[in-house]
Amino acid sequence: MKTRTGTRADLEKGDVERVRTAKGGEGKSGDGYRLEPDRKLDVERVLQDLEHYRPRRWGWHWRERPGSGTAMAPQHLGPFTYFQTGTPLDQSIPLPAAKYFDGLDPQPQEVITTEIASGRFEDDLRRMRMAAWHGADHIMVIRTAGQSHFDGLIEGTPEGVGGVPITRKQVRASRKALDLIEDEVGRPINFHSYISGVAGPEIAVMFAEEGVNGAHQDPQYNVLYRNINMVRSFVDAAEAKKLMTWADMVQIDGAHNANATAREAWKVMPELMVQHAINCAYSEKVGMPAENIALSSVPPTAPPAPNLRMDLPYAVALRQLFGRFRIRAQQNTRYMESDMREATVTHVLNLLVTRLTSADIQSTITPDEGRNVPWHYNNVAAVDTAKQALVGMDGLKEMVKLDLDPDGVMGRTVRELKERAVLFMQEVLDVGGYFAAVEEGFFIDSGMYPERNGDGIVRMLRGGVGQGTVVPRDSDYFAPVCEHFGNSHIPEDLIAGGTEPGAANPNTGSTTSAAGYAAGGAATRTGMGTETGTGTAGKGRVCDLIGGCTLHNPERIAFIDELDEQDNVVNRLAETEERRRTGSASWDGGAGAGGGRLRPEVQWSGDGYVTVTMFIPTLPRVAQFAALEIAKKMGLEDAEVIHTGIMQMAEGSVVEVKGRVTFDVDPEKLVIPEPVATLSEDEIRDDISEHPMKVVAATVGQDEHSVGMREIIDIKHGGLEKFGVECLYLGTSVPVDKVIDAAVETDADAILISTIITHADIHRINMRRLANLCTEKGMRDRFILVAGGTQVTNEMAVECGLDAGFGRGTHGHDVASFLVGRRREKLEGDGTERADGYPGGIARKIAGRTGDVERA
Amino acid sequence: MQREDDFPVRRRGIAHLTDGELHRLFWDLTDRVVEPLVELARTHTSPSIERSVLLRMGFSSLEAKAIVEGCAERHLLGKGAGHVVLRVAKVKGIDYREAGRELAAGQLWDVAEKAFIHMAGVRL
Repeated sequence: MKTRTGTRADLEKGDVERVRTAKGGEGKSGDGYRLEPDRKLDVERVLQDLEHYRPRRWGWHWRERPGSGTAMAPQHLGPFTYFQTGTPLDQSIPLPAAKYFDGLDPQPQEVITTEIASGRFEDDLRRMRMAAWHGADHIMVIRTAGQSHFDGLIEGTPEGVGGVPITRKQVRASRKALDLIEDEVGRPINFHSYISGVAGPEIAVMFAEEGVNGAHQDPQYNVLYRNINMVRSFVDAAEAKKLMTWADMVQIDGAHNANATAREAWKVMPELMVQHAINCAYSEKVGMPAENIALSSVPPTAPPAPNLRMDLPYAVALRQLFGRFRIRAQQNTRYMESDMREATVTHVLNLLVTRLTSADIQSTITPDEGRNVPWHYNNVAAVDTAKQALVGMDGLKEMVKLDLDPDGVMGRTVRELKERAVLFMQEVLDVGGYFAAVEEGFFIDSGMYPERNGDGIVRMLRGGVGQGTVVPRDSDYFAPVCEHFGNSHIPEDLIAGGTEPGAANPNTGSTTSAAGYAAGGAATRTGMGTETGTGTAGKGRVCDLIGGCTLHNPERIAFIDELDEQDNVVNRLAETEERRRTGSASWDGGAGAGGGRLRPEVQWSGDGYVTVTMFIPTLPRVAQFAALEIAKKMGLEDAEVIHTGIMQMAEGSVVEVKGRVTFDVDPEKLVIPEPVATLSEDEIRDDISEHPMKVVAATVGQDEHSVGMREIIDIKHGGLEKFGVECLYLGTSVPVDKVIDAAVETDADAILISTIITHADIHRINMRRLANLCTEKGMRDRFILVAGGTQVTNEMAVECGLDAGFGRGTHGHDVASFLVGRRREKLEGDGTERADGYPGGIARKIAGRTGDVERA
Repeated sequence: MQREDDFPVRRRGIAHLTDGELHRLFWDLTDRVVEPLVELARTHTSPSIERSVLLRMGFSSLEAKAIVEGCAERHLLGKGAGHVVLRVAKVKGIDYREAGRELAAGQLWDVAEKAFIHMAGVRL
């Protein structure tokens, strides 16, 4: 395992300061518990002593890049040079093809997001680990339906719908689990959720206290998509953003929703820029630094539209107008259907836009999002898609340049988009400002501005959830805590030795606090807002008045464990305990696969879901119902068609069905062959050198495939010849009896046959024929019989009477190791009469071996 | 509103601008859209903001909810919920956390109202 130093040391100065500021944040995961690659994440251990857990760092983490952070710092990994990669992980699961590249697993320079939320956070923690091993370092937790209208914090760990209820306990447990996971993979992981709805400021406080690293925050999202009152949304947003700034969180806006909502998504491009700008400017005015403000940008369209001709100029225009902000490249979901292949191709086209322009955060949407709440392995699939495409397109811009000539197609389109956005913003002012524009339905209109189709979303100033709840701050308004936005005046009489209530406040109407107390409060950050009490005498925080607010005295944080005795994680875990123990003990499939019971799952422990893909040769609708009937007969419960793809109406459709199995498998009762230990190359070579070995090989039957056998034999492929085995290759389409004849003639030790074609079970027939013919000729014990082929397994070959079978992915080393091991077994397995009945090569070798022993 | 795409007409006023000038205009307009919104936030508060203040003072979400509801009913939110708690604590000579818990339990609201009565502003 590689070791890497600096992960912790790389924390920005501000973060280190925070760790010191927030007492107790020493980076402890609690009790010395560490994850082991072959052990399941122990959710109970994570939940243990949660009340005293403190986050060990605050703030966002961008991937480390080699060099000094220049855009194209080259990095040498394996035989290649990369220009847009970050530091590799300590432990990871590479792309499948990495086996041909010595396990190489380059990590793109962009932070990679995965969105997780099954409704049960305890199962999501396990999925976070899976995603992190594949390269995700931004875990976005989707909220349960309806939380944005919940006026306050939700507590405990109730089960969610389409997401999880975001609560302090859930957030704390997740952050703690991610601490363990980031230690395991060797890269800090950003934890992210939503600061929206009618409880934004409270959620922001909780996130700041709990070390959440990023959040969606955009008052326009509340207004347009959640029908929350406009005044409430903007007033709340300022407080939330101020808190996010203190916690050094990265903010992502909500503009991408316009794209996902509009009737013709590509026509909202000018509006998207307006929405991005409003949230960016608003955030900056509250004090958030531009480098923490990310645009949630989506390529607006997808095939069959000629999407790159639209998406690329838009991406360029956006990056020109918003140069000082961050780009979070979201995937287009507007046109996502149930076809996972189609979704993946759109994702890759979006990734091409990223590589041709830029992104700081690369989002991923699971390819099954058009079907259901994302499943475990589809999060991983999406992360792998991003990693694969970004690494594959590494350094593309070194060779391909965008034509930005103002008179060219791209230049003209970019300019036009920006002008349309400027005109949009101008008209917002002309009608009386943002609120008036929303009342007039400016936003999510399907016309490409200035065209208007009159189908925009209309919200009224005096309407929506939370209307009438905002009140003006009185002249003596006061909030005795830090990171509070806006006017606040410390009453003189509340400062020790002050005057009685009702004394005139000299600071009426100003934003300055009394007596030098800084409402901004964060001594570690400067210039964060307009409210800090700079210019007055004295030092200290406003929260000194109350003995420290929770941001500076985290021991004061009120932790509520559970409020609902039934609906909580403890009860859910008790139900799945036996299953969660399963498969923990040994990941190589050997003995002790765990004491519990196994059931497949896609999102929750033991949910039982499997998918079956079938081609049904009839009309699509008939095919769907036929598929459901088939699923029923296969014993699947709650079967549902999740995808239908028409191949040709009459000829048939491919139908994917999901359904639940309701039985368990006991791993203790499974017959799992012991994995064969491969001998070292040196050991094999020594053995062959001492006792020469000869094999006869051929592709048998009417089979012209020669590549596989050559790979196993040829010295240049690291085959048997490399170990000194003498190989006689007879070629292709060789009758089985001819192979045996050749083995007899050359006094071979082993016969290797390759059988690739499986039509009418010919591979099994060939294998049986070899074994039977040898037996008939009385030579079964004389030769070691081995078969290989893409569809061959060891079990199949042994069942056919051979000594071994080798399938896909076999190397010469594996076969050599087996041959040497099998020869030793034959020598040692027959005790005193070892020479008897072993004619030919084996008998000769046995004699040699006996002689060796005697000499020794 | 329904309108044909009149972009060629509308752009006349900005067509001559350089890219840099166009960008500056965009951000200048944005600034003018956003500034009144920021001012609104600077001078107003909401139940959620006040609950967030109480959370930072160490109250639980349940206590914060009850205290803010009490303040809203008595038109005291404009004073700041944390301020109300501190003032009650000062009048009663008790720790502010105890004062807050009493208020959350529906007690001491007469003290709160009395403390602010002579300086309560007109509710807008």
